[in-house]
Amino acid sequence: MTPLTPAPRRVGFSRKLSRWDIKVSPYLYISPFFLSFAVFGFFPIIFNIWVALHEWDRRLGQGEFVGLDNFAWVLNQPAFWTSLQNTFSIFVLALVPQLILSLLIAAILDQNLRTKTFWRMSILIPFVVMPVASAMIFSQVFGQFGLVTPLLHDLGWFTDVDSPFFHNRFLSHVAIATMIVFRWTGYNALIFLAAMQAVPRDLYEAATIDGAGRARQFFSVTIPSIRPTMIFVILTMTIGGLQVFDEARVFDGSGSGGTGQGGSDDQWLTTVLYLFNLGFGDWQDRMGQAAAVAWLFALVIIVFTLLNFFLTRAIADSGSRPTRASRAAAKKLVAQVRAEANAPTTHAERPTLTEGSQR
Amino acid sequence: MSTALIENISGPGAKKYAERRAAKGKPVNLSRPSDDSGGRRPGWVTYGLLSVVVVASIFPLYYAAILGSSTRLEIAQSALPRLVPGPNLLANIGAIISNHQIDFWTSFANSLIVAVLVSAATVFFSTLAGFAFAKLGFRARNALYVFVIATLAIPMQLGTVPMFIMMNEFGWIDSLTALIVPSLVTAFGVFWMTQYLKEALPYELIEAARVDGATVFRTFWSIALPAARPAAATLALFTFVGSWNDFFWPSVVLRSQKTLPLVIPQLSGAFTADHALIMSGVFLIALPLLVAFVFLGRQLVAGVMAGAVKG
Repeated sequence: MTPLTPAPRRVGFSRKLSRWDIKVSPYLYISPFFLSFAVFGFFPIIFNIWVALHEWDRRLGQGEFVGLDNFAWVLNQPAFWTSLQNTFSIFVLALVPQLILSLLIAAILDQNLRTKTFWRMSILIPFVVMPVASAMIFSQVFGQFGLVTPLLHDLGWFTDVDSPFFHNRFLSHVAIATMIVFRWTGYNALIFLAAMQAVPRDLYEAATIDGAGRARQFFSVTIPSIRPTMIFVILTMTIGGLQVFDEARVFDGSGSGGTGQGGSDDQWLTTVLYLFNLGFGDWQDRMGQAAAVAWLFALVIIVFTLLNFFLTRAIADSGSRPTRASRAAAKKLVAQVRAEANAPTTHAERPTLTEGSQR
Repeated sequence: MSTALIENISGPGAKKYAERRAAKGKPVNLSRPSDDSGGRRPGWVTYGLLSVVVVASIFPLYYAAILGSSTRLEIAQSALPRLVPGPNLLANIGAIISNHQIDFWTSFANSLIVAVLVSAATVFFSTLAGFAFAKLGFRARNALYVFVIATLAIPMQLGTVPMFIMMNEFGWIDSLTALIVPSLVTAFGVFWMTQYLKEALPYELIEAARVDGATVFRTFWSIALPAARPAAATLALFTFVGSWNDFFWPSVVLRSQKTLPLVIPQLSGAFTADHALIMSGVFLIALPLLVAFVFLGRQLVAGVMAGAVKG
């Protein structure tokens, strides 16, 4: 019990202190992020312009000012253009199967399964396997003594002793795309699953009454309902997928077996690997040029992401228009049935499927 | 009652639907929302398909274990030398660990130190910032928060070259500091904790603490931090996995020091053409996180799904 004595002088000071505490603390608490971003995020990006405009050696440091020469040099390198082509080729080869597989797996998981957690955990295993480790394993699978090459031999498709996956440009992209699909499909499936579980079950009920089978329900109810999540996943896949490095770097072993530089003829040289080779590899010390590559590549990523965003949205929109109508019809039907059954509405119309309620 | 209702349903699938439900002894009353979420249990086809997916998820590691338990000769003779891991696995792993070129334990310790420090710091600083953004009033709060989210869109490759130059200036090349200091706090972490604390921490609790005379930091420490625990655990897991698996940045700044991902490509240099030894090494290095996953995977799954819903 505190007796109601007049406050001693100290309270005045501590109140002042407390007001100061409330005012300053928030800024103090958010400052680590802003400090860190300023030093390790913002400054390097600005500094990158400076580096790109200079000759820059890894050991000797800054050289003379060369203006846009580094950019011109990069744009004149066939390897740079090859790397862009490879990056997009691998990206597309990985994106399409990944999207289809993860949607299907999510649809399978979105049922009243026994031991749900077990299945969900199992498909997430590839996500915790080190990308470099899975890349090494897959390069073994596709290698001379692996699983696939002897099979191709036996089928007579391939006669050389060496593995075609290291010589043929397209096949090397297939192999690297396989690693990416392995790593990310389960992860994306879980994201899709989360979105699918938010789809109200009466929609499926209504679709069943309308006579829609499993497949029809998947395409006409599930896919349109998870549209925002699809856009989100495709965009993250785009940004991440264009930055392929780990898999390409160790595809040929990169020890004494290979050089880790993207193949003897740049078959699987990706742009980030090219940047690495220029600035930090054993190739050359061309940090100025590497900085120029970084700028050009960032530009490509931004343009491509925006393009992808509008394209995905347009496709998703046009696909959903008829189903939006059928969805309304289905809703009406359920409401009608309920009214005719003269049942008290125990269940108020939920605000279903508005764009906002999805996420 | 239920038959009368069936007649009222006009859809072509209605009869089949009603019959199926009746056969299972479930009411065919459509006026009631279907609260048995997911409806009927799926059949064996579903489980068969899922099993295929699970086998595909595990197969690469299994393949590594198989090869890692073989001898060099067995691999050259047949693509899949055996079905169950053989007796050579432990011997091969032993050869990896004792090889002085690889220095497995030092790399393991390096990876662990970096991942633990980075995740601990990220969780602490992100929760601190998240608490401020979610619950404390201050000038320009919303604008600053939008700024945090906007930084998520910047491709990090853009800063690699200057970052290397900076690390060189700081004298951090070839030291773990270069891996730890730049990743002490992330925009994603701040975003993640802010979103969680907005909902998980009622204002009443904070006010109560204030009335009791707690400082802001005391409020954070005894009220916000415990409330943030589930989201913090998930953030810690993701940060740990990301740091443990990172390959690009360590390849840029490390020279003689190694983390585990850097050791893997080294394997093929140290054991040229001995695929059995190489694969046993790959298996060994992939194993620790897998073991951790068995215990903490549930939380990771929940995190992936929660993050997806919030976007």
